[in-house]
Amino acid sequence: MEPFTHLTAVAAPLDLPNVDTDRIIPARFLRKPRGATGYASFLFHDVRFNADGAERPEFVLNQAPYRDAKILVVAENFGCGSSREMAVWVLDAYGIRSVIAPSLGDIFHQNCFKNGLLPVILSAEVVAGLRRQLHDRPGAMLGVDLEAQTVAAPDGTRHRFDIDPFRKEMLRTGRDEIGLTREFEARVREFEERHAREMAWVTPPRR
Amino acid sequence: MFEKIWSRHVVAEGPGGHVLLYIDRHLLHEGSTSAFARLAKHGRRVRRPDLTFATADHYVLTSPGSVAIDAEIRAMVESLGQHTREQGIVYFGVGDPRRGIVHTIGPEEGLALPGITLVCGDSHTATHGAFGALAFGIGSTEVEHVMATQTLWQKKPRVMRVTVEGRLGAGVTAKDVILAIIAEISAGGGVGHAIEYAGSTMRAMSMDERMTVCNMSIEAGARAGMVAPDETTFAYLEGRPFAPRGDAWGAALASWRALPSDPGAPFDREVELAASAIAPTVTWGTSPQDALPITGRVPDPAVAGDAARRESMERALAYMGLNAGTPLTEIKVDRVFIGSCTNSRLEDLRAAARVVKGHRAVVPAWIVPGSGLVKRAAEAEGLDRVFVEAGFEWREAGCSMCVGMNGETAREGERVASTSNRNFEGRQGKGARTHLMSPAMAAAAAVTGRLTDVRTLAT
Repeated sequence: MEPFTHLTAVAAPLDLPNVDTDRIIPARFLRKPRGATGYASFLFHDVRFNADGAERPEFVLNQAPYRDAKILVVAENFGCGSSREMAVWVLDAYGIRSVIAPSLGDIFHQNCFKNGLLPVILSAEVVAGLRRQLHDRPGAMLGVDLEAQTVAAPDGTRHRFDIDPFRKEMLRTGRDEIGLTREFEARVREFEERHAREMAWVTPPRR
Repeated sequence: MFEKIWSRHVVAEGPGGHVLLYIDRHLLHEGSTSAFARLAKHGRRVRRPDLTFATADHYVLTSPGSVAIDAEIRAMVESLGQHTREQGIVYFGVGDPRRGIVHTIGPEEGLALPGITLVCGDSHTATHGAFGALAFGIGSTEVEHVMATQTLWQKKPRVMRVTVEGRLGAGVTAKDVILAIIAEISAGGGVGHAIEYAGSTMRAMSMDERMTVCNMSIEAGARAGMVAPDETTFAYLEGRPFAPRGDAWGAALASWRALPSDPGAPFDREVELAASAIAPTVTWGTSPQDALPITGRVPDPAVAGDAARRESMERALAYMGLNAGTPLTEIKVDRVFIGSCTNSRLEDLRAAARVVKGHRAVVPAWIVPGSGLVKRAAEAEGLDRVFVEAGFEWREAGCSMCVGMNGETAREGERVASTSNRNFEGRQGKGARTHLMSPAMAAAAAVTGRLTDVRTLAT
């Protein structure tokens, strides 16, 4: 996983609340392997393109200043719905490295961490303010600093965000989580022995 | 209850309040094939194949009479069969009469048990919480992590208790209860929480009904939903193939009886609803929170509290092709889908059949049972004949038109009365319009061709 330290990049605003993962990547693309040709074109496909494949000019990522965005500033409950991790894979394929939101769907939020994409939670007022600035100054850059846990807005203000220290460390180092967990193997074995004693009924009968 | 289950599964404490949580059951479906591939790439194996169970549901076709497999999908289903064989995992595959939707067959086979942790790479895993399990959906990387380690790094969520008290009125079902709860707390209201459903209404529900409620916890934003186990739970589980047997059953019962939350246990948030205030409910928009009693009218964006809400309502009405003020019962539907992990169990099919009997479907209508065993049981009661005689299509088990991953989708612009769980834009097919409702309400819509208050339909 690619480590995340800091990023200064163009940010695109998406104002709609409750953007679900079906909208981020429609179900018919889920069978395509990650990295398949044109994978990035699946992102927001049905709101980004017409039936004939032409871009819809009203969609933010189709507008010249936002085309190279690496940051999305979204509204509440972005990424709600299905657990499909392809919603993160397709953002990653497009080049998005950070999503800034007042709240995120729980599973999507976790999936971001597993793919080196930094989810930033800030208050609804601050996020709405960032989106306003991005609308007012199309193509403006945001600075996201994981080390300092700050977002630098186009107007020069800095906003501090909270992030779990465990997740921060995993993102910063890009470390393989399974590798880490395997260091706990002795603890897992110990747990399994105790669990099998204390909750003996939990082991399924052999069929 | 949540706290008791959580603390019994902590393997190790990590930094920042994260714990390494042990997983008792891991359920897989065709979507798990990429996790298998990554596991193999790193030379890793499934650590506890005996705690891992698989089925094919998302991608198999549900064509009547046989499970056909589309060529493009074949490789995916075959790959799941191959991986499970290699790793020694029990697989309810194509041709197995037990095959079905992962959240239907987990309980059917006795895999969902009180007091356990259960995960699956699917957001509707909360269904299994109906048994008093801590059950939640995970992403593909987490699936791989559980395969390799039988654990997950998790941060403890907050716990919300939703209490529903009283008797449900005629024609009001578990689906109406959960739609009313989501409308109350909003589609994001449960983010960061596990929900415990409590109260006399929940206690009076069967397991099939409790599963419907817990299933849609994620539509309220909560990754997990649960109901305290009781005699209803134990009666359902006794004798299930993978449920504890003999001495283990007695030990399990003793443990399960001590599981419910202690009186006075604190919750981070409390929500209360009166059963008497819940009517047969339908959704009008493109979020599950856009739900209203069937007696209502399409809402007017002009009355929305703020600009963002107004804009999203306008967008939803435009997508749905609806005008503000239209009585919901005047909305015509083009097709009906009765199925999905929310509402495709035997009681759901019985409820639909009761409404259908003596009527005819006036629009294309599908019945997709949740599992092969549900299908057989329904056929043994003659429900299939009721549906077929009324012009419904009686299909094989699977996820089908709830998610449309297998290509079973509605056409652009088609309006679907659906017992599924998501009315998102494009969920049932590009441009398809979904109204969520109970099986009885969907059956009523099928025989009238419009959204219908099931209470007004002569049966």
